[in-house]
Amino acid sequence: MIADREITLTVNGERVVQRVAPRQSLIDFVRENLGLTGSHVGCEHGVCGACTMRVNGLLVRGCLTLAVQADGADIHTIEGISDSGEIAALQAGFLERNALQCGYCTPGMLLTAADLLKDKSSPSREEIREHLSGNYCRCTGYQSIVDAVEDAAQAMAGGSS
Amino acid sequence: MKPAPFDYAKPHSAEEVFALLERYGDDAHLLAGGQSLLAGLNMRLSAPAILIDITGLEPLRGIVNSNGVLRIGALTTYAQVKASAEVARAAPLLSEVIPWIAHPAIRNRGTVGGSLSHADPAAEMPACMLALEAQVEIAAKGGRRKVAAANFFRGLFETDLKPGEMLTAIEVPAIRAHYRSNFSEFARRRGDFAMSGLAAHARFDGEVLHDVRLAYCGVDTRPVRARTAEQVLEGRTLGREVLAEVKAALAQDLHPPDDLQATGEMKLHLSQVLAERVLTAMARAEGG
Repeated sequence: MIADREITLTVNGERVVQRVAPRQSLIDFVRENLGLTGSHVGCEHGVCGACTMRVNGLLVRGCLTLAVQADGADIHTIEGISDSGEIAALQAGFLERNALQCGYCTPGMLLTAADLLKDKSSPSREEIREHLSGNYCRCTGYQSIVDAVEDAAQAMAGGSS
Repeated sequence: MKPAPFDYAKPHSAEEVFALLERYGDDAHLLAGGQSLLAGLNMRLSAPAILIDITGLEPLRGIVNSNGVLRIGALTTYAQVKASAEVARAAPLLSEVIPWIAHPAIRNRGTVGGSLSHADPAAEMPACMLALEAQVEIAAKGGRRKVAAANFFRGLFETDLKPGEMLTAIEVPAIRAHYRSNFSEFARRRGDFAMSGLAAHARFDGEVLHDVRLAYCGVDTRPVRARTAEQVLEGRTLGREVLAEVKAALAQDLHPPDDLQATGEMKLHLSQVLAERVLTAMARAEGG
């Protein structure tokens, strides 16, 4: 019998102490233990990007990170960065441009797009595609997603000038 | 899928790691960034009894350039390699290859040491280490040893690492005057493993090539040097005729098997196209 481990971490600004099985992934932990179901489970081998979240400020695959590895970490999920208003311009862009249909990939897309815009205020379409290349969307054909990120970048640049 | 159950340990010293490796033997697997390991466990390709998380070992971190050698700690992530000014100066090939490897979220966790230990034949980093003639530093309970990258990769996911050993760092000779390097690959999708990839490094005396290293990934059970093609290029200037000779030589050097992505014949063709692209790009590069 393998013992559960106690982990202490911060999720969307709140301190969490829980016991987890070593094999539990971070994505299953936030969804099942914490009820934060905005991050999705897709391929479970790091290809699709649906489980994207932020650990200590860096994008990670929630399916390729163990919950036990997140002991002591500062984690943000789509719920956190949506509530904080950080991605409001991106959300508006996605809505305006119809950049989602079923919505399954959208949380990962938003987190990855936010990661790009953090370092680059006016990325080219090629740079947007490059940065989002690890996030699969089966509905939109990507064109409208690139449009939405471009719009959001312009809106954010306009807002800060 | 979900992985089979495993136990987990996070030691904070190399001694503790070696003790755990001794105790669990083949049932243990070292965990660094986990970007290949955890994917494989999720697909139940393997089922170790325990993962030994080595990310708490601080001496395995950091990048140092001294006495003409760039030492990259095993736990250095791809993102850290890309962000390093030292790497850009001393081993520009390693900076240039990073965007070819997976995607931002994977590059934030995947490590150089992990990639080399995993030894995926289609991975980019092992081929670069062959081209740069790097040395792999390995530690075990009894001490340390170094092995040339050329002798480190033994076969399909097989390395020179022996039971109880851990890869601790990679030492890359800093780039010397007049050397240039380049990387390119063909993959089905952006960020996928290569159907064929080429890491090249060579000295340019004006337009004349010397000490050419052509290291391919994705075309064999391990990364391979194209020795005949390298010999063809020695002391020559790149041109239509020389490139034709290089392509003919590659047909002797490389014997890619058919796989799910492409036939061997197609992979050889792609490898020949890569040689032309990469060598041409190097010949056109500024100074060096």
